[in-house]
Formats: sequence, C-alpha cells, structure tokens
Amino acid sequence: MTTALPASEIADRLKNHFPETITEIKKEYLIIKNDSLFDIASFLKNTPDLDFDYLSYITCVDYIDYFELVYQLVSTKHNHSLVLKTQCHQRDEPVVNSMVDLWKGADCQEREIYDLMGIKFKGHPNLKRIFLWDGFQGHPLRKDNNGDTEN
Amino acid sequence: MVTLKTEPFVINLGPVHPSTHGVFRLRATLDGEVVLDIEPIIGYLHRGIEKIAEGRNYKQDIPLTDRLDYVASMSNNLPYVMAVEKLAEIAVPERAEYLRIIMAEMQRIASHLLAVGSLANDLGTFFTPFQYMFREREKIVDLFEMVCGQRLLYNYMRFGGVSHDIPDEFIPALSKLVSTMPGFIDEYDQLLAENEILLARLKGVGILPKELAINSSVSGPVLRASGVEWDIRKVDSYSVYDRFKFDIPTGVIGDCYDRYRVRIQEMRQSVHILEQAIEQLPAGEVLAKVSPRLKPPGGEAYAHIEAPKGELGFYLVSDNSEKPYRMHIRAPSLINLTALREMVIGWKLADVIVTFGSIDICLGEVDR
Repeated sequence: MTTALPASEIADRLKNHFPETITEIKKEYLIIKNDSLFDIASFLKNTPDLDFDYLSYITCVDYIDYFELVYQLVSTKHNHSLVLKTQCHQRDEPVVNSMVDLWKGADCQEREIYDLMGIKFKGHPNLKRIFLWDGFQGHPLRKDNNGDTEN
Repeated sequence: MVTLKTEPFVINLGPVHPSTHGVFRLRATLDGEVVLDIEPIIGYLHRGIEKIAEGRNYKQDIPLTDRLDYVASMSNNLPYVMAVEKLAEIAVPERAEYLRIIMAEMQRIASHLLAVGSLANDLGTFFTPFQYMFREREKIVDLFEMVCGQRLLYNYMRFGGVSHDIPDEFIPALSKLVSTMPGFIDEYDQLLAENEILLARLKGVGILPKELAINSSVSGPVLRASGVEWDIRKVDSYSVYDRFKFDIPTGVIGDCYDRYRVRIQEMRQSVHILEQAIEQLPAGEVLAKVSPRLKPPGGEAYAHIEAPKGELGFYLVSDNSEKPYRMHIRAPSLINLTALREMVIGWKLADVIVTFGSIDICLGEVDR
C-alpha cells in the first residue's frame, strides 16, 4: 500500500527550512502559502528520503472566496504520498508558480486548469487553452460561470 | 557535391484521420521526413463532463463516467464508485468486490486487444490482426451484455456493489473464455511478435527512458514498459486484489516494442487473475443498501485504480448535498500524451503514428 505520510511530520521538517510558510496542517494534507510553493515542492522532490519523483495529479477547486490547488505527490522509490495544497485569493488574476520545471507531467494539467479555471501558472512554457479555442470567453469550471457568456 | 538547402514545413494530421484513433490533431514540423517538433491539439471531444457532474446527483454521475474511456467503461465506473464509497463510508459486499474485479480484468483484456489490434493497423497490416483480436473482444462484450444488457456503455457499478448479480450462464461462459484465452494470446504472439516488419517498425522506436517516464507522470503500460514496476493493483492495492497472485510485466528500454509486449503479457496476467477470481467467488449479496439520494458528509476523497490505460482516479469534494461540489478526473490518456513530443522528435513521420498508437489513448478520456 502507498503510505500517506502524516502531514504533521512533513510540516515539522518544512518548518526548519521554510519558516512561516505553512498555513494549515490537517491529517491528510498540508496547506502552504502559494509564493513558497515552488521552493517547497522542489525541497520535497530533491530530499533523498522524501524523494517525491512522481506528480500524480494536479487539480483546482473553486470555493468562491478562493481557489484551492491540490497536488498529489508520490514517491515511486519509497511508495509514499503526500497531498499538498495552496490557496489563491485573487479572483481577477489568480497566479501560482508552475511545476513544469520540476515535473514535466504538470504541463497538460496546468494548461487544463488555466483553460477551465483561469489560474495563471508563472513559468509555464506554453500556457494557452487546451480544450477550448483561443477566443473563448470565461472559464467554465468556475462556480460563477453558468455558460451564459456568448461564445 | 551540391548541398541542397531544406526548409522546415508544417503538416497537419487529423483531426479526422484513421490513425489518430478518434478526433485528435497533430501539428508536425518536418524537415523532409524527419520530425523537428510536434504539437498535439485536442479538445474536439470536450463535453465538460466535470462541469456536468456538478449539476447532477451522485448516482446520475455513474453513466457519465462510462463516456470517458468508452472502450473501457467498466474500469471507469470503478474508481468513481470507490471514491463515493470512501466519502460516504459505504461497505461493499464481498461478492460484489469479486464481480467488480472480474469485470475490470475482462475489460483490461478487451482494451488491450483493441490497443494491440489498432497498433498493428497503424503499422499497415490492414485489419488482419485486428479481426483476430476482435474475435475475442466480441466474446467479452457478449459476456458484458449478459450481465448488464449493454455492449459499450455498461453503467454496471453502483455505490455499495454492482447493479445486478450475474446470471447462471455467466460463469460457465467465462470459464470457457478463460481456458481458451491463453491459446488465443499465443496465436497473436505467433502472428505478430516474430514478424520481421513488426520488429523493424517497433524495436528501438519512440524510446521513453525511465526517468523521463516518471517525471512526465505517465502511468499504466507506458510507464511499466519503461522499466518501472508500478501497478496500482500492487503498490496501492484496492478492492480484493491482495488475494490474487499475479506478476507485473515490465519492459527494458521503453520502446514501442516493449509497450506492445507489456500489453500482451498483461493479458496473460489478467487471465490468471480471472481464473483465481472464478475459483474464489463467494456467494451472497451484490449490493448494499444505499439511499438513491445519497448525501455524503462534507469532505474530499480520492480513489484511483489501475485502468487499462493507466492510473485512473477521481477526486471528489462533497459539501453534504446531493450533488458533488467538484469532481476531478485524473485521466491517464491525457497525462500519457505529455511524453509524446520527446518520444518522437528526430524520428520519421511514419514513426510518430506508431509511437502514438503504442501509447494507446482514448479521446473520450483525453478531452472529457
């Protein structure tokens, strides 16, 4: 079985390297500040005993007050996993750092989130719509989008 | 000697083209026949399934999952019902767990038959191996029809079990298929694996190295062909898979031939699992009592399975209402496409078709 690493344990280790970046520690996941996302992800990927070499999926949930990005990290060497979350309170122009430099697997998934949720990923090499056409107005997966924009 | 100056040019493949296995477009930049760059253009089949799911209740969303990878509908139902069961803490009767695994493994064989058959098609063996493989796929589809009345979109699994118990004729028919299947797989292997043209077109083509495979988040046979022993049925065992003995076939260098081989060997392992499942199948209920207007407590759940094409997962967020607040589908076909560009650069255009075929995607799942 893939062991879900206890978030509190990871949080203790992160606190030493990245003070004041963790906003919430739950049993199953960790919420971190979005400006430190890339550095923390890079630390999690490159620390030998953590070794999160596989990014299983990225997704985004619109909670109206904020967007929550969910990253499921897995280590194929140690067979353990961690769910990392970050929040974006900006609605007009939400921006987070792209993970493509760490995991190429983020490429299509970040484009999908940009297309459907309208989150901009800073540092993504090819950030454009993936499913919908270039002139499409709005981002359909947002909760305030009822499909009433003309396209 | 005169050196001729060549200019790169762009060629469009698809969106409607037999070798794209659906509505998929590829913009390839070529220098003569050699590929300099490719860009997959997708979205022609985008139906917004994740958005539609938010407007319907949990039970109404099961048939939507059929429409993702429509050649492996049984496997699509499974992670969705598992995620809801996780959210609402629903226990599944043992017999239903076995039936789910029987269906999922039959579906894996059917999906791999289609994958290998159409790969052979892409190589130019126009529909001959394909017909051999459809002979057995047809038998599996007949069995599915026997249990749920459908031949393509099954809508068979429910929260807490499956919709119907199997009819009496099912197990004898399945046993017959299981006992004859190894012979059929040998037949395909005889026809294909030693074939000189197939070897020339597949060996060493479209190599995906191990590190790149992991870094690109690819999963399923594509990941295993690159030499990574990673199968969700083993590494994060779900349902009752821990009761069966089976191996995880892996490739060596991650070329198209390895991906072909892994699929052939996985079919043998699936047959092996089916044999054990028939033997162990317990009697009893197949469906737990669950309210049709299910309201799972608020929270989130992620459940994933080893689908024929890779890791298929559902991330659900519940706000304690009848409808899911958010449903995200981790689609293996979309994520496996990420690696395509690096696999084909420097190869000829004809090899792009083969490499693309060897990844085995389903556009219903890519676009959702």
